[in-house]
Amino acid sequence: MLSCKEVSVLLSQAQERRLGPGERLGLELHLMLCNGCTNFRQQLDFMRVALRRCVNREDQP
Amino acid sequence: MSAPGDQDLQQYRSYLLRYALLQLRDPALAEDVVQETLLAALEGRAGFSGKSSHKTWLTGILKHKIIDAIRRKSREQPLTSADDESETDAIDALFKPDGHWQRFPASWGDPERSLEDRKFWEVLEMCSRLMPARTARVFMMREVMELTTEEICKELAITPTNLWVMLHRARLSLRECLEIKWFGNPAK
Repeated sequence: MLSCKEVSVLLSQAQERRLGPGERLGLELHLMLCNGCTNFRQQLDFMRVALRRCVNREDQP
Repeated sequence: MSAPGDQDLQQYRSYLLRYALLQLRDPALAEDVVQETLLAALEGRAGFSGKSSHKTWLTGILKHKIIDAIRRKSREQPLTSADDESETDAIDALFKPDGHWQRFPASWGDPERSLEDRKFWEVLEMCSRLMPARTARVFMMREVMELTTEEICKELAITPTNLWVMLHRARLSLRECLEIKWFGNPAK
């Protein structure tokens, strides 16, 4: 079973490259049981969206 | 769309500056690249094809100027193995020795709603300033300038493994900061 630390590395790399089948399996098994890492996955997607938008928002003077 | 006039260019100045500052974290340098961009735009008006918006066109010029500036910087201070080590240490510090999170990531509820809140952006920018400058530069090249892994590695002469470690550290650091200062902060 992968640790949270290992899973966090894979989740971060999943933003950069396609993970292999073994990696994806290890990841999904861990995520089924771990809310913290599931939250982290959603947070990664959110941070990407937020950073892309942060220079384009119009609210600044 | 026709080529932008002087007034149009000035109108984009604050946007360009914010973009450059986020990347470079050096106000003087950011000012320089924005000036160079506006100058290049004025001189290169004929090169404006009308196929993209003014903003997209200017951002394209600015990106090149920022990459040039980052390349110059990274030539002056190349990454050392000590830098790699400090990245790894920073990651290690967020986990217990058995690999569990020190601070379990909490649910952020409906985070998209924060995108409408001006104060959220201030927190985001503050959090990104907490990262070491080098880490932040690499992170912003990836997330804001949307360069590919290959492009960043080529520009900075680093390996994908180096890059992934830096990006991971940046994400963990930003996550931690946003959770403490924003999502987990009842006073927000």
